[in-house]
Amino acid sequence: MLMSNPSAQPVKIILSILLAMILSILPLPGGLEPYRPEWVALILIYWTRTLPAYTGIGVAWCTGLLLDVLHSALLGQHALALCVIAYLSMRTHLLVRVYPVFQQAIVVGLMLVLYQSVILWVNGVLGEDSDTTLYWAPTLSSMLFWPVIVMIMRLVRRDLSAQ
Amino acid sequence: MVISIILMTVDHHTSHLNSTRALLGTALYPLHLLASLPSDSTNWASITFAERRLLLEQNHRLGTRNLLLQEKLLKFSYLQEENSRLRELLDSTRRLPNERVLIAELLAVDLDPFKQRIVINKGTRDGVYIGQPLVDARGLLGQITHITLASATAILITDPSHSLLVQVDRNGQRALAEGTGGSKKLKLLYVPTNADIRLGDVLSTSGLDGRYPSEYPVGKVTNIVRQPGDAFLSIEAQPFGQLDQSREVLLIWINDTGGLLNLEPEVDDPEPVIDDTPQESEHADE
Repeated sequence: MLMSNPSAQPVKIILSILLAMILSILPLPGGLEPYRPEWVALILIYWTRTLPAYTGIGVAWCTGLLLDVLHSALLGQHALALCVIAYLSMRTHLLVRVYPVFQQAIVVGLMLVLYQSVILWVNGVLGEDSDTTLYWAPTLSSMLFWPVIVMIMRLVRRDLSAQ
Repeated sequence: MVISIILMTVDHHTSHLNSTRALLGTALYPLHLLASLPSDSTNWASITFAERRLLLEQNHRLGTRNLLLQEKLLKFSYLQEENSRLRELLDSTRRLPNERVLIAELLAVDLDPFKQRIVINKGTRDGVYIGQPLVDARGLLGQITHITLASATAILITDPSHSLLVQVDRNGQRALAEGTGGSKKLKLLYVPTNADIRLGDVLSTSGLDGRYPSEYPVGKVTNIVRQPGDAFLSIEAQPFGQLDQSREVLLIWINDTGGLLNLEPEVDDPEPVIDDTPQESEHADE
C-alpha cells in the first residue's frame, strides 16, 4: 500500500475533518449559502471508504456531535446522520472503490440524500420545517465536488508517505 | 445510533446538556474565529487602506451626529426626570426599567441557511445569559439561545420557531409576532378581524412575555389581508432591526442597576421612550 508512514494518517484525518468543519460555517457570498456542499459528510465518506481501519462509526459519531455544537443544532442530530453514512460507506468501500469517479459521485449522492433525510426527519419531529425545494441543493453541489475531493485527498494522503 | 437518539431526546426536552454543549462550544470557538478570519481581514484591510479624505469625512459626519444625539439626550434626561416625578405623583407602580447594555460583534459564520441564527463574540465570560434580548440601533433582533465561554448563538425574531408578544404603538392592540424564515418578515397571529390595525402601524415589544424589555420597536405593518370566513386577519410586518446587515449588536440586561452604563441604550434608541413621555406629562398637567 501507499501508506509508508501510518502514524501520520490520523493527524491528516483529524486536520481534514477540522478543515471541513470550518468550511461548513465559512460565510459564502450572496445567494450561495443554500448550495454549500456537505463538506464534513464528504470528507467522512472519503476516509471511511479509504481507511476504514482508522475512521469508523465512532469517529463519525464524534464528528457529528462537534458539528451539532458548531451549528447549534440539536445534540446528536448530525451524529446520527453521519453514523448512518459512515456505516454505509464502510460496508460498500470495497465495491465503490473500483467504480469510476463519476459513478462514485452518484453513490455519494445517494448517501447524502439519506444523510439529509435523517436531518430533515429530526427537524420534522421537532416541528422546524424548512423550505424543501432548496433543501436538497447541497446534495447536488456535493456530488459535483466529489471528484475534486477525491483528487485533493489523494494528493494529501500520498504527500506525507512520499517523504 | 441509540446513543444519539437518547441524546437528542434529552437535549430537546431538558436542559441537562447545556453545560456539555457550552464546554464543547468553548473548545470549538477557535473554529468559529478561523471561519470568520477571511471576512475580518478584508474588513481590516479596507479600514487600514481607506483614504484619508474618506476617514476625515466620516469623522466629521459622526461628530455632527454625536452632537445631535447629545442634544437629544439632554432633552431626554430632562424628560425622564420629569416622567419619574409625575409617575411618583400619580403613584404609578410602573417604572422605566434600568437597563445595561454591552456591544457585541457578530462573528462572520454561517449556520444553517434555513434557520435564522447568528453567533456573537460575547459569552458567559461577559455575563451573557440564555434568553437575553438582542437589539441593534433600529429595533429588536432576537434572543440568546446557546452560550459558551466566549461566544453565544442567538435566534432572530424572523426564525419560524420564534414568536413574541408585540403591541401596536398607536392603541396598544396586542398580537403574537411569529417569524417566517427566509422572507425576513414577521407574521402577526390571532388578530381578530375587527381589530383596529392599519398599514404602517408601528409595533413594539409589549414586555408581557417577561423576556423582552417593553417598548422596544420591532417592526412596521406592511400588509393586511382580510379573508372572508377566516376568524383572524393575516398580517405581515417588516422588522426594523437590520437582521442581516448589522455587524454590531447590543445585548441588554433588564432591571440591572448598572448605573453609568445605562446612558448607552438611550443614545442608540431614544425614540420609543421619548414618544410617550410628553403625552404622559400633558395628561398629568391637565
